[in-house]
Amino acid sequence: MLKYTIGFNKRKSEAQEKLVVFNQKKFRFSDWFAEKAIKGVAFLSIAVVILIFIFVFREAFPIFRMDKASTATNTEVLVQESYGGAETETGSSPVEDKQVDNSTVTATPTDRPSTTLLSNTWMPVSDNPRYGIWPLFLGTMKVTLIALLFAAPLSILAAIYTAMFAKPRIREIIKPVIELLAGFPSVVIGFFALMVMATVFQEMFGYASRLNGFVGGIAMGLAAIPIIYTLTEDALTAVPKTYTEASLGLGASRRQTAFSVVLPAAVPGIFAAIVLGIGRIFGETMIALMATGNAAMSSINPFDSVRTLSATIGAEMAEVVFGDTHYSVLFFIGSLLFIFTFALNALAEFYFKNMVIRRYQAKK
Amino acid sequence: MNRNIKDTVVEGITGVSVLLIIFIIVSILAVTIVGGWSKLNWTFLSEFPKDGMTRGGIFPAIVGTAAMTLIMAIAAVPFGVITAIYLAEYASEKSIMAKTIRFAVKTLAVVPSIIFGLFGLGFFISFIGKNMDILLSGGELKWGQPNILWASLTMALLTLPVVIVSVEEAIKTIPREMREASLALGATKWQTIKNVVLPGSISGILTGTILAVSRGAGEVAPILFTGAAYFLSDLPKSLSDQFMSLGYHIYIMSTQSSDVDATLPIQFATTLVLLLLTFSLNAVAVTLRYRIRRRAK
Repeated sequence: MLKYTIGFNKRKSEAQEKLVVFNQKKFRFSDWFAEKAIKGVAFLSIAVVILIFIFVFREAFPIFRMDKASTATNTEVLVQESYGGAETETGSSPVEDKQVDNSTVTATPTDRPSTTLLSNTWMPVSDNPRYGIWPLFLGTMKVTLIALLFAAPLSILAAIYTAMFAKPRIREIIKPVIELLAGFPSVVIGFFALMVMATVFQEMFGYASRLNGFVGGIAMGLAAIPIIYTLTEDALTAVPKTYTEASLGLGASRRQTAFSVVLPAAVPGIFAAIVLGIGRIFGETMIALMATGNAAMSSINPFDSVRTLSATIGAEMAEVVFGDTHYSVLFFIGSLLFIFTFALNALAEFYFKNMVIRRYQAKK
Repeated sequence: MNRNIKDTVVEGITGVSVLLIIFIIVSILAVTIVGGWSKLNWTFLSEFPKDGMTRGGIFPAIVGTAAMTLIMAIAAVPFGVITAIYLAEYASEKSIMAKTIRFAVKTLAVVPSIIFGLFGLGFFISFIGKNMDILLSGGELKWGQPNILWASLTMALLTLPVVIVSVEEAIKTIPREMREASLALGATKWQTIKNVVLPGSISGILTGTILAVSRGAGEVAPILFTGAAYFLSDLPKSLSDQFMSLGYHIYIMSTQSSDVDATLPIQFATTLVLLLLTFSLNAVAVTLRYRIRRRAK
């Protein structure tokens, strides 16, 4: 529409030059200004993303510079920091054992912070602080996998029912009800997991620690269900009606049509839904803080207590000393989370969406 | 015959998945209501916590949440509305600028909320706040620490995509003819936006605001270290004060309270209040959105 107005004015100016030029300047300034101002404000959202990049990385960067100074500051760190909160309450004995172990073995702290990043112990507060993010990473992966195994099949099947089998009137009820779940604050889901699910699952499976990766994973799956469900449902309804009609017309049943025709056609969209669901689970903080037990162990047993990357930031950031190595390491973990979710979003946005577009355009 | 049985079974499984999800939703609601209902009364809503949080109410947490979401909305709504106007009215779908903005908005929507907390700490508190202290009061610590302003601004960035998406959707439902009529009468593009597009999208702006407030009231991770406090004996009086929030209250009470059993009814009742708050806000937003969509048809 903008182009149209410009073209119109141009033609006019050829005919009545002076008058139009005068008029144009008079009313065009506010217009020009409004457009520039609006464009400027809109640009801010790009700026915010760039600023997040810069400032999260800026605070993480000093780990690599602090290597030399680390020996000097170690004792100070021990005095200043308190390792309180969730950790002291829920930290289970294996971690404490390790803590004792390490401080006796390495009496003189010589490890550089950046080299301990890949080690196997997360022990930021001790004589010889170790910032091994491996157990945290493993814990996050474990919880994400559990959450995904729970949430993905459930939401995809529910989406298939909603898009394919449900009568229109029932669909009108099911969709908003399931999307209600998206409106539950994650702290409420975390609370439910902590109070109800933890007890129920412990009675059902009889494992040792009440809060663990399994409970946390299922609870985080609940947070991902509305995302995967809504996007899958969208992908299924976006498949052209002609596909369904052709299949039904050939005598296939509704079930065969749904699973052999519509579902395969919607696969890229469903992948995008799962990818965005992974992003949500990966970064979920409050549920992880409340329901996973928060002990950094490198074990693959789903019923062991788990500490995820995001929960580590949430639990420890409030207690660190500003600008300290521990502080930088937490920001470093944040940068990892940011890069990861950014990449997942880009993947869903560019790769899978292009696949969807190509698929339907080629066959139309 | 065999095929019919298989059809019924498979359709049944998909139906059961729907029922299972609905069952989970209903049980979360039921547990919260049953656990919190008896405690929920006027004194609970209007009193300060007492006796080391084991008795009393959640008044400061309600006020804190309201104040934080209000400041958040003041920051996020104008910003979001203008961005939506740019995307819907000025930018062509194919311009690189518009595509980049859309991608940036989507990124903001999927970045984990804890990252916003880190950003608030790294940018607002330790960069802007610290420098404000140096410039305004010669280094005396006032803005360079967590407070309600930084928490609200952090939350505003998190809820920005919600506003943008709702407003843009509403703008798109305004008929093209109305814009053309305005332009044909000699109005400029900006005048058209100001007098035709904006008034027509008021309900969309309202929907976006309500959804953003509901989201902001429920999020805890971004305010963990940008301004929320465990217990304050006073309400926040200025932008540089800390505040109590419902979500943070639930988190702290359920994980770090010294006497979990004694505070259990308070925890449930607080959760119920938060859930009722976000629920009623969402219900209003959904109704408004439904009306917008009907207009689009």
